[in-house]
Amino acid sequence: MRRSSIFPALSCLLAAAAVFSLTLGQYPTPVRDILGLFLFRFFGIGTTPDNQILGSLLLDIRLPRILAACLIGASLSVSGSAFQAMFVNPLVSPGLLGVLAGASFGAALGMVLSKSWVAVQCLSFVFGLVAVLVSVGIAKMHKGNTALLLVLGGVISSAFFTSLLSIIKYVADPYNQLPAIVQWLMGGLSLVDKRTLLAAGIPQLVGIVLTILLSGYLNALSMGDEEAQALGIPVERVRLLLIFIATLMSALTVVQAGMIGWVGLIIPHITRMLVGPDNKVLVPSSALIGAIYLILVDDVSRTLFNVEIPLGIATSLIGIPFFAVILRKARQGWD
Amino acid sequence: MGLDPLLQVEGVSFGYTRETVLNDINFAVSEGKIVTLLGPNGCGKSTLIKVMLGLLCPAKGRILYRGENIARMSTKALAREIAYVPQMHRSAFPYTVMDVVLMGRIPHKTFFFRYSKADMSIANDAIERLSIAHLGKRAYTEISGGERQLTLIARALAQGAKTFLMDEPASGLDYGNQLRLLDQIIRLSREGYTFIKSTHSPEHALWVADRAILMRKGTVVADGKCSEVITTESLLYLYNARVNVLNVKNFPRVCVPQTLCGNAEYNGDRQRNVI
Repeated sequence: MRRSSIFPALSCLLAAAAVFSLTLGQYPTPVRDILGLFLFRFFGIGTTPDNQILGSLLLDIRLPRILAACLIGASLSVSGSAFQAMFVNPLVSPGLLGVLAGASFGAALGMVLSKSWVAVQCLSFVFGLVAVLVSVGIAKMHKGNTALLLVLGGVISSAFFTSLLSIIKYVADPYNQLPAIVQWLMGGLSLVDKRTLLAAGIPQLVGIVLTILLSGYLNALSMGDEEAQALGIPVERVRLLLIFIATLMSALTVVQAGMIGWVGLIIPHITRMLVGPDNKVLVPSSALIGAIYLILVDDVSRTLFNVEIPLGIATSLIGIPFFAVILRKARQGWD
Repeated sequence: MGLDPLLQVEGVSFGYTRETVLNDINFAVSEGKIVTLLGPNGCGKSTLIKVMLGLLCPAKGRILYRGENIARMSTKALAREIAYVPQMHRSAFPYTVMDVVLMGRIPHKTFFFRYSKADMSIANDAIERLSIAHLGKRAYTEISGGERQLTLIARALAQGAKTFLMDEPASGLDYGNQLRLLDQIIRLSREGYTFIKSTHSPEHALWVADRAILMRKGTVVADGKCSEVITTESLLYLYNARVNVLNVKNFPRVCVPQTLCGNAEYNGDRQRNVI
């Protein structure tokens, strides 16, 4: 694909996927009705649609859900792209430094301690950050290859918070709390509302934009710390900033939708196959492709059967075979 | 040496954990020279290069660049002056040669940046100066080791640096590429660029360098004109290898292992061993 045509093409695809998804659901709505409603609501053109249910269905339920899918897909993909470049490793995903394990533990803790949904979301976010701080702290305790130490710190921190999560599951009330925890960990967008979307979506959007703005450093960072520093990059500062942004974005995806697996791992690979490895193009493209991917997978998960398939399970079930197939091609250029 | 040295290494010592790797190193390099660091594995050449790049902080002593302590210069400012040409390596991602050369523009950019048209044309010029324009769109992982090394030099040019620090630039290259690399180094040094490079080959030093600094166990054991310091005795001391350094008429010297010299066996008087 020519570089100049990548972004317009992907943006059109994203818009088409979003509109298509608005029409999908138990209550099918044709594109004409959707357009009529949007023209009236936002531009005052035409007449008010007679169907009040349609309005609330589209604007209060489907639209927030689609926007959340967009932002979550883009956040995870952008974080994954940045992490794969920074840690020079194809098997790296945004969960590398423990953010997902920490956020899961936080959410479970919230469900056991409190009935308040806001408390669950806050605890999830806070423990996502704490888990990454633990990883970074472990890496800082030792001298040496910082990137490698961070990865090891992430393994330790993830394992630690996964164990804590097991404790919570063990002590949770098996009739109400445990099923809620398990279902939460499977991930899903059914609980997304406007308030969560605003609270989580705006920082995510800022994070996506910041990561794209910093993507010029990623090529050089993937050549190794010493080389990057000799190229005039304050390596430690840029890396910690990118880790912080990625952690924030990823923790917020858990706050919105629980565990959404594999997106941050496979979307960067797919994008690299389509647009090449240059991170200045790869990072923004992966945001768009991640958004499209999650919208479509969410469509599948909510329309395929009468009951919703948890989104995290759908992304894994679709992502893993796909990854196995593209693995051979994705390995090109990796040693 | 000129009156105004470009780069001064003053009493530099460095150690990882307990072990001393560099011990009181002193020398100064003037502009436009090619200086070779020579010594066996583990003598501290690579560490010294990293200290001169500001990647490692010396335990004692300091590095002055045009009279300014590099520890006080920002990473960016230093990168605009001194470029690092690492040992031949493979990138993990198949970036194009152009992408790699463009990285050299980072020290000239603001914190959030995009490359401009001007950056592109500077990178293109650098690529053309090294006669690798035909490689611009090729993947850096798919070109030969020699071409990769030329790409890294092009990046250093795009960086705008005047001093190039090279860590064993010729290692891993085939014979032809080694010679082409040395050619480029000579050509650029005539244009005023300064080179400090480490090497495993005394002959490379004899061919292209103005000066050799011989290191062993973290100290400088000899420093001077290549033809004066690279001798049978010094090579025996550095590498524990018996080598005759022979003169070739009107030309730099060559090293020949003594076992191969037969009749021309070293007799203590270098000047007689003329081919």
